[in-house]
Order: sequence, then C-alpha cells, then structure tokens
Amino acid sequence: MAAWSGNDQKIPQGRLALFSYLSVAFVVSLLIGFWKLQVVQSGHFADLAERNRIRYIPIIAPRGALLDREGRVLVDSYPSFSILLLRDDPKRLEKTLPLIEEGLGIAHDDLQQQLDAAKNEPKFQPIVIKPAASEADIAFVESHRADIPVLELMMVQRRRYPHGEMLASTVGYVGEVSPQELEKNPDKYKPGDIVGKSGLEKQYNDQIVGTDGMRRVVVNSVGKMVRTLDDVEAIPGKPIQLTIDYDLQSVAEQEMADKEGAIVAMDPRNGEILAMVSRPTFDPADFAVRIPPKEWAALNADPETPLLNRAIQAQLAPGSVFKIVVSTAMLESKAIPPSFTAYCPGYAVFYGRTFHCAEKEGHGTVNLHNAIVRSCDVYFYNVGQRLGIDRISYYASSLGLGRRTGIDLPGEVAGIVPSEEWVERVYHHKWYAGETISVAIGQGALTVTPMQEARMVAGVANGGMLVQPHLLKDMQGLKTDSFPISEDTVEQITQALYGVVNEGGTGAALKLQNVEFCGKTGTAQLMSLEKNSTLGLGKGKNSGWFVGFAPRRNPEIVVAALVQNTRLFGAETAGPIVRDIVKAYYDKKNGILPPQPSTAQNTAPLSEASQAVVVTQGAPRP
Amino acid sequence: MKDRPRTQDFDWMLMGLVGVISAMGVLEIYSSTHSSGMAGMQWKQIMWIGIGLLGMFVISRIDYHTLMDQAPALYLIGIVGLLVVLVIGYSRLGAKRWISLGGQTLQVSEIMKLVIIIVLARYFTEVRTERLTLRDLVKVGALTVVPMALILKQPDLGTALVLVPVAVVGAFLAGIEWKHLAIGFVVIALLVPLGWNMRNHLKPYQQQRIQTFLHPEEDQRGAGYQILQSEIAVGSGGFWGKGFGKGSQNQLGFVPVRYSDFILAALAEEQGFIGVCVVLLLYLGLILRLVDNAQKAKDKAGMYVVMGVTAILGFHVLVNASMVIGYMPVTGIPLPLMSYGGSSTAFVFLALGLVMNVRMRRFVN
Repeated sequence: MAAWSGNDQKIPQGRLALFSYLSVAFVVSLLIGFWKLQVVQSGHFADLAERNRIRYIPIIAPRGALLDREGRVLVDSYPSFSILLLRDDPKRLEKTLPLIEEGLGIAHDDLQQQLDAAKNEPKFQPIVIKPAASEADIAFVESHRADIPVLELMMVQRRRYPHGEMLASTVGYVGEVSPQELEKNPDKYKPGDIVGKSGLEKQYNDQIVGTDGMRRVVVNSVGKMVRTLDDVEAIPGKPIQLTIDYDLQSVAEQEMADKEGAIVAMDPRNGEILAMVSRPTFDPADFAVRIPPKEWAALNADPETPLLNRAIQAQLAPGSVFKIVVSTAMLESKAIPPSFTAYCPGYAVFYGRTFHCAEKEGHGTVNLHNAIVRSCDVYFYNVGQRLGIDRISYYASSLGLGRRTGIDLPGEVAGIVPSEEWVERVYHHKWYAGETISVAIGQGALTVTPMQEARMVAGVANGGMLVQPHLLKDMQGLKTDSFPISEDTVEQITQALYGVVNEGGTGAALKLQNVEFCGKTGTAQLMSLEKNSTLGLGKGKNSGWFVGFAPRRNPEIVVAALVQNTRLFGAETAGPIVRDIVKAYYDKKNGILPPQPSTAQNTAPLSEASQAVVVTQGAPRP
Repeated sequence: MKDRPRTQDFDWMLMGLVGVISAMGVLEIYSSTHSSGMAGMQWKQIMWIGIGLLGMFVISRIDYHTLMDQAPALYLIGIVGLLVVLVIGYSRLGAKRWISLGGQTLQVSEIMKLVIIIVLARYFTEVRTERLTLRDLVKVGALTVVPMALILKQPDLGTALVLVPVAVVGAFLAGIEWKHLAIGFVVIALLVPLGWNMRNHLKPYQQQRIQTFLHPEEDQRGAGYQILQSEIAVGSGGFWGKGFGKGSQNQLGFVPVRYSDFILAALAEEQGFIGVCVVLLLYLGLILRLVDNAQKAKDKAGMYVVMGVTAILGFHVLVNASMVIGYMPVTGIPLPLMSYGGSSTAFVFLALGLVMNVRMRRFVN
C-alpha cells in the first residue's frame, strides 16, 4: 500500500450529509423551476408552441372577371406564383443571398432594400421577393430546395388584362390595401389584401372580391411545411357584366390610339355605356403585380396624366356643342321667338367689346336652324345676350351640366355652369354681362365633361329624359332626371343637328349612308394656361369636340368625343371618331361589322369565362 | 498483498438507477430523432452504453489505490493530451476538442475529468490533517486551473467549469475552513464583474451566450432562440406532457440539439412535469446513493474518488437542467446518461467504474 494512503483518517460524515441535503435542495429548486414553466405558465407556452408549429396560409380567392355586355372577358384573374423568402434563420439567409440574387436575377440592392423594409416585421413572416415568378424562377426554387431552403413558392391570384390598355382608365387598377383603408375597415381587410384602387375595380370591389380561404399547416423549425391540418376553401369573386360592347370599344380604342382625349358612347334610351376611352392611359398590368415606387411616381407626375379618366374627369369648355343648350333655352323659355334672326358680319360688339365669329367673312342673316348647322357665333351672342346668364344657367343645369351624371365610377367631376349666384359665391363680385356672351358659345367659365356632353345631347334628342349613365349591366335603382322638352323644340333642334352633318354644315364631311346621323361640332379655346396645368391638358391648344347621335328621332346611340391638344377643329378631329363608332354600331346591328383586329389572346364567351375563375388553391407546395 | 474485490458488493441499487435513467435517455433519443434524418441514433447510444459498461467493468477491477499511485503520471498524460489537442486537434463547429484515434474521435477533456478526480483525491488524502491550509488551497487551485485553462483554450467553457466542483467539493470535505470558504465566495463575487469587463476577450460565441442569457428576449431568432425554444418545449408540455413522440417542439426540430444537450427539454415536453419529477428524482437518488457509497468507503481516498465523481455528475445535472429552463446560459454541458454522445457517455460509465471500484473494496484490507 502506498505511503500516502491509510485508514487512520475518519470520513467526514457530517459534511457528506450536508452535501446530501444540498443536493435535495438543488433538486427541489429545479423542480420549482419546472413547476413554474410547466404548470404556472403552461398555457402561455402552449400558445407559443402552437404559434411555432402552425402557420396560416391564405388561399387567395380570385377577383371576379369583368365581362362585356355579351359575356366576353375584358379582365379576369389567373393563378400565379410569388417567391417568398423565409427569414427565420439569419445566418442561412446571409449565406444564400448571393445565390438567390443570381438565380432569380434580383439586384443586390433591391433585395437588401426589401429586407431592410421588412426589418421590423416579425422574423417568421416571410417576405415576397418576386411577386410574379416566371417558369424559370419556379424551376430554380424547386431545384434548389435542398441548398437554398429559404425560398418558398406561394400561389396568388393576379389580374389579367387580355386586351392590354383597353378600357384601362375605366376598369382602373388593383393594389395592396393601403394602411388608411386598413385602419378604416379592420374587419373587412387584412394586410396585403388586393383591392380595387380606382375605376370599376374600386367601385365594384365588394361585388367582385372573393373570400380568401385559409390553410392551416404544420411547419418545422426552418419554416418548411410538414403537413396540412385543414383547409377552408376560397370563394372566388363573382364576375360582373358590363354594358361595354367589346366590338365598339375596340373601334373606339383604335380611333383614339395616338390621340389625347376621351370618348363616351352611350345608349341614350337607358344610359348604358357602350364604349369609353381615355387617352393617354396606362397599362393596368403594371399594377397587377406590384408597381415599383419609381414607376408609380412617374405615372403620377406625367404631365399627360395617364391615370386621369378624361371621360369623367376632364372638365373643359364645351365650345359650340353648348349651342344645343342655348337653343333649347331659347325655344323652351319662349323669351325669344323661334323665328328670331340675326345678321352676322363676322363679328359683333357687345358692351364695348368685339366678339368674333368663327367664320371671319360672316354668315349673313341666319335663323336658328342655319346658326346651328353653320355654327354661327354671332347669332348665339345675340341669343345669349337676350336670354341672360341665369336663363342659360338654368337650362344648362337642367340638362345635367354642372353636376355629376351619377355614373358608377369613383372620381367623377361636376364641371361648372356659371351663374350670377355662382360668381358671387366663388369670386365675390357681380356678374359681368360680357361674360354671358362668351358662355353663349360654350366658352368662359363654363366647363363640362365628355360624359355630361353625351348625356345632355341624348337628353335633348329624346325630349328631356336625362338617363343615368352606367357601366354595370344589371344596375339597380337607376335614376332618370326628367326635364320635359316640347316636341317642337326637339324637332327643330334635331333637324338642325341633322343639318350639321347632312346639309353641308360644319360636319358635312361626316355623312353616313342610310343612317340619320346627327351631331354638333365644337372647338374650345382653353381658358388659361394655369387652368390647363391643373387639368393636365398640356400646352394651350384647342379642344376639338363632336357629339353625335343616330337616328335623328328616338336615338339608339350617342357618342361624345374629345380630342385635346390639337390645332384642328372638332369637326376634323373628333367628328370622324364619332362617325366611325356610329357606323360600327350600325354595321354590327346590320350584321356586317368587320372582325375587330384584336391584340387579345382571350375573348372567350361567358361559359369559358366562368371556367377561368375556378378557384385554384394558393399555398406553398410541400 | 493484493486486494480482492468482492462481486457481492457490486452496487446493484446504483446500477438499477443508472439503467432506468439510461433507458429513458435512449427512449427520448429515439423519440427525438426517429422521424428525422438522424433516425436510428438510439442504437448508437446503446452501443456507447455497452462500451461504457465494459469500460466500467475494466476500471472497477483496477484498485483505485493503484490508480492514485499513478496520479502524477496520469496528470501529466492528461495535460500533454490537452496540449496535443490544441496543436493537432480535430476542429468541429469552431472548437478544437477532439483528437483522431484509430478512426474514432476522442474528446480528451472527458479523460481529464477522470484524471482530475484521481489527482485531487490523492492530494486531499495526503493532507492528512482535519484542516486545509491556505497553502493547500492554492495548490489545489493550481492543479485545477492548469487543465481548465487548456480546455478553455479549445474553447470549451462548459467542460472547463466541470473541473471546479471536484476541487470545491473535495476541499469542502477535506476540511476547508469556513472563513476560506467565505473568502472564496467573495473572490468569485469580485471576479464576476472583472470577468464581465474582460468579456471582450471571450470568443464571439461565448459573448453571445452571455448576452443571450442576460437578455434572451432581445434576439429571439438568434442565440436567444435556443433558450426560448427550450422553455417553450418545457412549458408547453404542461403537467402530463404531450405524449411520447408527440411533442411538436421536439418533433419539428424547434428544440435545439434535442437528442443531446436539450434532451431534458424534449422529455419535459413529451412527458410533462410528471416525467421531469421522475427523472430528477432518479438523479437525486443516484446522487444520494453515490454519497452513501462515499460514506461507506474504506478510506478517505475512496471517499474523495466517489465524491469527485458525485460532484461532476451533480454539477452536470444541475447546470443542464437549469439551462433547459433558462436559469443558466447555454454552456454545452450534457445531461449525464441521457444526452446522446460517445465520449460523454463513456466518461459517466468510467466514472461510475471508479465508484464501483471503491465500493467493492470497502471491506477489503
């Protein structure tokens, strides 16, 4: 036995016992610790465990399609994939970022910016780094599941615009719900929801929006889906049918293709809008994914205001088209005899100021019919002076000017019908009598929209029935304003408007065979450069108007066209547009419409359209 | 004269406790890994236990006095081994802890734990008085600090710290004076803020662990993630547990290294508070049984050996269980007998072999 060892020492039993007690104390305190977590706080931690384990994945419901009056698809939805980036594991993320940038073709700065923007979001919330994945992108994600596990695919629904820019200003665009809307309707929307932002998409958002479903999935610690717990199916949005006629719309779009302005084609009997164009416009597909902030700013700042729907938002002087209103006022008020004539030497002097006629040589002695047919300004200066501003303003307002037409679109503007009361209210001074002379030929402070023009002309032509223009085919509760106009007045005015086209008037070049095509030209000078810029109307040039309808009595179609920023007259610019649309209307009615060249891949009839909105479930694939 | 160990003195009670704990460990390893890419891990663990039992049998046959005779040589071999690790060691996860030995990797610091038990047991036995002088304490400290420093250098803070309780418990039993004990606590209390100021010299992962321990909520997906996920696993297990193989935190991989360092979290989730009670009481039983062995040792040398083992195992259980419930930082100290691992399992059985060694010689002279 070694020298250091021995039995001579007593084992310290006391201290060993103390060690035992200490051990018991430690175990008891550990058990207290476990008790706190497992019994006292177990509910809290059970919640946390569930939140770890279960992820809710929305199954996006497609928005309802927009169909034309014959059920042809104008806009629909299609399922597409978004690429999500899982941010649970920062280290792994950092390692794979260069691979992701290369594989998906995302610029490093872009990706970094997106990551920075989402910095304050919870880490388990993945971010969308590529909203519209191409097939190559999807293949990249699928083939790199093992080495780039931070990528995931999510099925979403996107808007498809098979006809490109067609009807874009009217349809509007969709986008993520804004924080303001979210705050106002916390029950209705959730972050990231796609809602209509303008146009019909906004107006009928509640009708066409579907109800998103929800899938509960179990995920593991790196956020990968392990299995599905349950599904609540998405309810696709219902399609809505519009009054738009795809054929007429196509013609109208082609007519306006390289111009600036707007077209409204309406059935004057019921207010159904058959075609509606505003140019320049935008490509709604730019918004269907996620519009980059730069492009959005560019669209908003564009002096040509592509986001404006000029058919209801451009307010400018109607020019000679307003002579229809003044004529109606003259005949209906009986303040002036119908046989009133005036001599036109090419100008007239009122209140010490010279007012010119469009025809420098003068029209000679003209009656009402000829004054309308040849658009004699001097005749209407005289009529205007005799009527006075309040009578003119009363008839203009009664024919729907100066107030919204009630079309089912957001953002319609009212225009201005000046009156003594108006000038006192707005400018705090008395009405200048000379201003009445300008207003009488549709100039001065008077402004209207193309939509109001179409409705006004339709109202006069059908005896004072002011229909409510609308785009939804089965719109309920339509309001028709009635402002009865005597048969004599209607007859006289429509005869004159027929003469404009068919009796060598200002629209003589627009004559159509076998169609009682009537209309009125107008060329409005712009009021001021300042006003131009606020309306986004560009440099001071003319606005050419033409409002036409057919047939002369009980018209079936009325078309208002506005061509802006032109040196030409309304008869030369807007006139042919209206004529071509009216012609197309009759050609179609008579079954001889030439087939519309279409850029669309998809003009499917209704039956196919309803198939197109069958819900496709959106969820990451395992 | 050579001592003859007595087989009837084999501690069957201790072995029973070890068997039950090991079985629970194997089951939980199975539960944690069967649905993952690591399926079948439990068989490897059973193999390690088998090897451990063999080693335990071998070490129990060598008289612990013989081992203590060789204490200086063993100490030297241990230190050289640690130096070798630092020079030609095999790196894994940024730490040099292993040397390659015939295709297998060996964690030398585990051997050092056995060596320090024997070395300190011999030192304390040689003191012979009822009181430990300050001089003795300094010597004990020096013997402990050298291997600690080498292990820290690997770096492996957890294993380095494990050497401390052997010295502390030994000194306590060797009759450390209460005033020295008090001074010791004061020194440690002063060292903590000093260490805090030195924290910039720590490895980044160690800084992170300390930071995480102090403020786990600040970085829920970084290092604090491990502690938080462990707590969620434990807490969500509730009183009765979610059932074997049904813990979501465990099965879906939210609990970090759930088959090894955090196996108690996995068990707590699936077996609940009840399961934890059973396990901790089994460990308490094991510790008390070891203390009982120490009390019945033939000599002080035997007692020091047994209590060295007891100190290390107790420290492991205390630190590991505290870590799982967020009471201590993550130090990488496994739960003895339950956590998966070759070297650590082998160490426990070899250490228990030392205990058996002492026990079987208690009536031998």
